[in-house]
Amino acid sequence: MKAYIAKKLLALPLILIGVSLLVFVAIRALPGDPARLMAGPEATQEAVDNMTRRLGLDRSLPEQYASFAYGAVRGDLGISIKSKLPVVDEIAERLPFTLGLAITAYLLAIGIGVPAGMIAAIYRHGWPDQIVMILAIAGASIANFWLALMAMNTFSVQLGWLPLLGASSWRSFILPSITLAVLPTAVIARMTRSSMIEVMSQDYIRTAYAKGVAPQTIYWSHALRNALIPIITIVGLNFGSLVGGAVVTESVFNWPGIGRFLVDAVRYRDYPVIQGVTLVAVTGVVVMNLLAELLIAVLNPKIRFD
Amino acid sequence: MASIETEIAPRRRALSRALRWMAVHRSIALGGFLVGLIVPAAILAPLIASVDPYAQDLLATMEPPSWAHPFGTDDNGRDIFARVLYGARISLLEVVLSVGLAVIVGVPLGILSGMSGRYVDQAVMWVMDILFAFPGIVLAILIVSVLGSSLINLLIAIAIFSVPVYARLSRNLTLGLKSMDYVEAAISLGISRRRIMTHYILRNAIGPIIVQSTLTAGTVILSAASLSFLGLGAQPPLPEWGAMMSDGRNYLGLNIYMSLFPGLAIMITVLGFNILGDGLRDLLDPRK
Repeated sequence: MKAYIAKKLLALPLILIGVSLLVFVAIRALPGDPARLMAGPEATQEAVDNMTRRLGLDRSLPEQYASFAYGAVRGDLGISIKSKLPVVDEIAERLPFTLGLAITAYLLAIGIGVPAGMIAAIYRHGWPDQIVMILAIAGASIANFWLALMAMNTFSVQLGWLPLLGASSWRSFILPSITLAVLPTAVIARMTRSSMIEVMSQDYIRTAYAKGVAPQTIYWSHALRNALIPIITIVGLNFGSLVGGAVVTESVFNWPGIGRFLVDAVRYRDYPVIQGVTLVAVTGVVVMNLLAELLIAVLNPKIRFD
Repeated sequence: MASIETEIAPRRRALSRALRWMAVHRSIALGGFLVGLIVPAAILAPLIASVDPYAQDLLATMEPPSWAHPFGTDDNGRDIFARVLYGARISLLEVVLSVGLAVIVGVPLGILSGMSGRYVDQAVMWVMDILFAFPGIVLAILIVSVLGSSLINLLIAIAIFSVPVYARLSRNLTLGLKSMDYVEAAISLGISRRRIMTHYILRNAIGPIIVQSTLTAGTVILSAASLSFLGLGAQPPLPEWGAMMSDGRNYLGLNIYMSLFPGLAIMITVLGFNILGDGLRDLLDPRK
């Protein structure tokens, strides 16, 4: 297992180097001269040339990548073209909003998805199972921004119960976090169900029944504990889709997080911001995936490492 | 009497066998039904909708559903029903092009990777892991910001983030099939590598690839609609479902139908592909 963990940890920098290379190349392929964009529309040729030197765009590509990577490691992601502020500061200001939304959504998804999946597994093939599975597949098939628009129309516009846009109070969290939670809830419910069904057929569960342990204790204590491993995995491995969902959700609700920041940056061709947000988001996803994989390795020593 | 009996009986038996099969494979029946609803609707859109989806009628803007306009009209007086129908064409085009491109690139890469030695395999999988590390939407945004916002660029972006799914799947299938007796026999008979890849590996990997394609179809439609909604994909006046909702968003509280119906269309279509994919997967998975 140690070899497996070492291999996974060694793979991490390789993946991050690849990701940064890809982002670097993509940004260099952007149409338009970044120096001219940075210098502004009325800049003289001299000012543009100055900017080219300042950004290091007159150097060779490998040199540029090296200084970009060195900067990124030290937490320097360049200056935003639009706001002229350091991209790192801009991201730091918005990240708490995205994390707050993501954590609330995950808590909702686990709080609803796990019990729903348990109920479905306990009443397998019965009507509670059917209802949970129908809702789960519908939840995975809905466009979350559509759900957001429908909810905004009902609760914000028609009834006036909740704020329409922005992040002004705790009530602003309700609609965006529910919107973002729909897909992970569906995924977790399905995973919990299949994982529970598998665990419930094990010998030790039958032994527990034979000993006369109350069914409720068997479900919530004996079975769930072992069913949790795949559930944790799915939560960790689906972090990427949560980030993707956050980009859309934040844009619908005008949420001041990094997802909306990214979409706005594309409109302004603010390439240092596109570069910075992408790097931060992907690094977060890669680290979360790694944590999930390591956690499985620790929790389930029987797993095959190849 | 006897002759009629012998003529009808086999046909009736075939029908009842088909019905019984559908009762067992309910997912395939239901998913197939939903997909079977959308595909003809998309193909026959000009025959079903009596109105041009681009025709504006500024005297009849934002009307609620009526006999003349079953889904109402939008801010430019265009018929929402016709636009949703034509939107089905765009969505199916998205599926065919994006999934097609991802399969054409991903499957050969995966099979090659699985058949090759350690270094090629590791290099290919490294690239795939890098692409896989990106959340699909984020990678698509990055690619679209390079290529420019248009439907076709969006489809290329979605295809690129779907490639690793097919490469990994076909690599793993290849590794499994490579050690089967019939493939080892073929290798020892001196059959060319190329023929082994196409005739011995690919043919037996096609089932899982089709299942994966069905399951990816829903993701493709949702991603394309999301990005078009953000203004990074299909541009107006194209009746793409996500782009239509982007329009509708500006009239929230005034006209809900502009957002309601395209979203319902997305749900039915994606639901169809997802249920069908689930059913096909269960059918092919002998463990269940």
